[in-house]
Amino acid sequence: MATAFSTAKFSTQPFPLNPTSTTSHDSSIVFARPTSQFLGSTRKFRLTSSSKFNLSRRSKTVVAVSDVVKQKKSKSSPSLLITKEEGLDLYEDMVLGRAFEDMCAQMYYRGKMFGFVHLYNGQEAVSTGFIKLLKQQDSVVSTYRDHVHALSKGVPARAVMSELFGKTTGCCRGQGGSMHMFSREHNLLGGFAFIGEGIPVATGAAFTSKYKREVLKEADCDHVTLAFFGDGTCNNGQFFECLNMAALWKLPIVFVVENNLWAIGMSHLRATSDPHIYKKGPAFGMPGIHVDGMDVLKVREVAKEAIGRARRGEGPTLVECETYRFRGHSLADPDELRDPAEKARYAARDPITALKKYLIENSLASEAELKTIEKKIDEVVEDAVEFADESPVPSRSQLLENVFADPKGFGIGPDGRYRCEDPKFTEGTAHV
Amino acid sequence: MAVIFQGVGAAAALASSPSNSFDSNKSVFAPRRSFSVRKGASFAVVRSDGTVNLNPKDRRAQLLISNAVATKADSAAASSSSKPGHELLLFEALLEGLEEEMERDPHVCVMGEDVGHYGGSYKVTKGLAKKFGDLRVLDTPIAENSFTGMGIGAAMTGLRPVVEGMNMGFLLLAFNQISNNCGMLHYTSGGQFTIPIVIRGPGGVGRQLGAEHSQRLESYFQSIPGIQMVACSTPYNAKGLMKAAIRSENPVILFEHVLLYNLKERIPDEDYICNLEEAEMVRPGEHVTILTYSRMRYHVMQAAKTLVNKGYDPEVIDIRSLKPFDLFTIGNSVKKTHRVLIVEECMRTGGIGASLTAAITENFNDYLDAPIMCLSSQDVPTPYAGTLEEVTVVQPAQIVTAVEQLCQ
Repeated sequence: MATAFSTAKFSTQPFPLNPTSTTSHDSSIVFARPTSQFLGSTRKFRLTSSSKFNLSRRSKTVVAVSDVVKQKKSKSSPSLLITKEEGLDLYEDMVLGRAFEDMCAQMYYRGKMFGFVHLYNGQEAVSTGFIKLLKQQDSVVSTYRDHVHALSKGVPARAVMSELFGKTTGCCRGQGGSMHMFSREHNLLGGFAFIGEGIPVATGAAFTSKYKREVLKEADCDHVTLAFFGDGTCNNGQFFECLNMAALWKLPIVFVVENNLWAIGMSHLRATSDPHIYKKGPAFGMPGIHVDGMDVLKVREVAKEAIGRARRGEGPTLVECETYRFRGHSLADPDELRDPAEKARYAARDPITALKKYLIENSLASEAELKTIEKKIDEVVEDAVEFADESPVPSRSQLLENVFADPKGFGIGPDGRYRCEDPKFTEGTAHV
Repeated sequence: MAVIFQGVGAAAALASSPSNSFDSNKSVFAPRRSFSVRKGASFAVVRSDGTVNLNPKDRRAQLLISNAVATKADSAAASSSSKPGHELLLFEALLEGLEEEMERDPHVCVMGEDVGHYGGSYKVTKGLAKKFGDLRVLDTPIAENSFTGMGIGAAMTGLRPVVEGMNMGFLLLAFNQISNNCGMLHYTSGGQFTIPIVIRGPGGVGRQLGAEHSQRLESYFQSIPGIQMVACSTPYNAKGLMKAAIRSENPVILFEHVLLYNLKERIPDEDYICNLEEAEMVRPGEHVTILTYSRMRYHVMQAAKTLVNKGYDPEVIDIRSLKPFDLFTIGNSVKKTHRVLIVEECMRTGGIGASLTAAITENFNDYLDAPIMCLSSQDVPTPYAGTLEEVTVVQPAQIVTAVEQLCQ
């Protein structure tokens, strides 16, 4: 199959973690095994050929990573994947994500936030694994499930919580809400409600980075953009159009698929002709990687390579992270379709528990230290709620302020003056 | 061939017109008069901001200048020692404006299908790729939604892209990005990100291009909050609006018309821009206000010739700014004539004319002596057959009839 050749070709690039390197297209076989952890749906995945399967083949190189980890378990050796400092940093970030989202649920049910709120519980490894490797000037584009991306990128918990409460102190002055987290300072470019519509924006940010380097001659501009989106988005036109453009122009972007197997109530396997999303990368001329998204260290290793590739100007990468959301699609989702056994399987692979285990077993941290972090995060989240609670709601005068960057855009009124000069405008009582 | 003119001394100008038939298909025509010698005005455009002293009412408009475009031509208006300018076609005017802005600011870039090596399907970007390179004048694959979104992302991160829809109708595919991101991102980000993007392209009913290539998207986009829409109609305002749109911090959609690209006019050599929010006074008059934009302006002016011969004195305003409306210029006119006729190429339902009718009724109802008449295209997919296409859009004869009816 042509795709097999192209995957093989791209795996020979300095990218050790491409699991498709030696498998043929028949690696679809992994789905055959009924107890495969990847099979989330009740639908049986039919084999098209009768090759032998190998469960670990799909994630073979990442297995190698954790093999290395297991071997060195008892030694405090420099070939550990992370240092203590990094480990604690990762742990703190994931705990922050989890605690924050749990608090969101509480606050929602107490009537402090409204609308559609999509929580990230269970997927923390992807956000932490990728975003903690970025610099401040690198950009992140997310979807409606963006609270934790915002937190990982550095947006203060206070600002995010205030935004959720709809207060003026929110990162978007209360005008965006749960699904539209933006931060100019931290280069978080949203927060998008429609799936797929953020991917072109991310492509544009990557284009700017290339433009700055090549046209504006800012030679050291190597800003990378990460685009996060889900499995449902991978059937959307904008995804494919942007894969094409990014590869065509070698844009410094990484497309990160958070494949949690479910698009609200639609199983990925019921919606997608070829569920292997990572395979779609090579079809456009970029490496396609599959990684265990419940393991932050594995994600981090893959992320290092992908981000490094982009930074060096070698072009985009498509990374498919197999992950899972412990809660429903949103707080309004009764979550009745998913098999409790599947949920239990993934709960056992909780990324935070896994990292905790790793840190302790490798003597990188003690229980006490981790407990201190958890306590600190609890305080941070409590403080965020307090801050948000005490913050003022937007006054009426805020209504018209940000419709246009240049408020002349409201036009000229019957009296000859620009409408934005009318005092009613600054009061927010003018009717536009 | 018709003469395109604007300004004072309309009667005199009319008398100088060579013929009665208007055929926009002919590629070249030249105004009989040299605009540079017209008293009191800089060039072809007489703007409501008082470059021409029509009457004391406009004096207040003159104070607007501090906010409006500051063109050097304004202050130098009185002295006709200004250079004679240069003649060019409308698409060349757009090209010139674009090129000047690209030279002025290296962040300005162009994206679209066939804008680079091909020079643009209507040659608006001809030669730019050679001059500025393939990255600044980017030939995109055929993916409107995505490359418009890419333009928006680039605008958010510091560039000033000009996105071309090869035909405005193709931008229907980009509606997601234009509505959600272009219009809304500044607001939903709490003002953190600006989107100084220009989206432009040819639209309107052409010569038997078929239904899908003859669309008027201004009526579809007009509800989107956070964007501005302008329509150019002459080489002068094409260049001026292009430059103003590029310099604006707001997202601007610039509507061009397929049949107007070959209009010729003499425009100033010096740097100038046209105010995005202002309407253009084409022909002052007393009896009726005719509001129009884009190609219909020429049908209106052709009808105006007939009307003048019949003894009417229509005031013709090219509204130019489709969103927001320049209620000052329009209002002053309504207050003077008390009769309004809107002539547009949009469809009747939900078109620009419909919005304009509502705006005028809301603001100036007391000044109207008769209900507002709105002539729009039929609510019909534009047919291919020439005879049918002709009756889909408003023709000068209909305009004449409408004015006669209004002025009874």
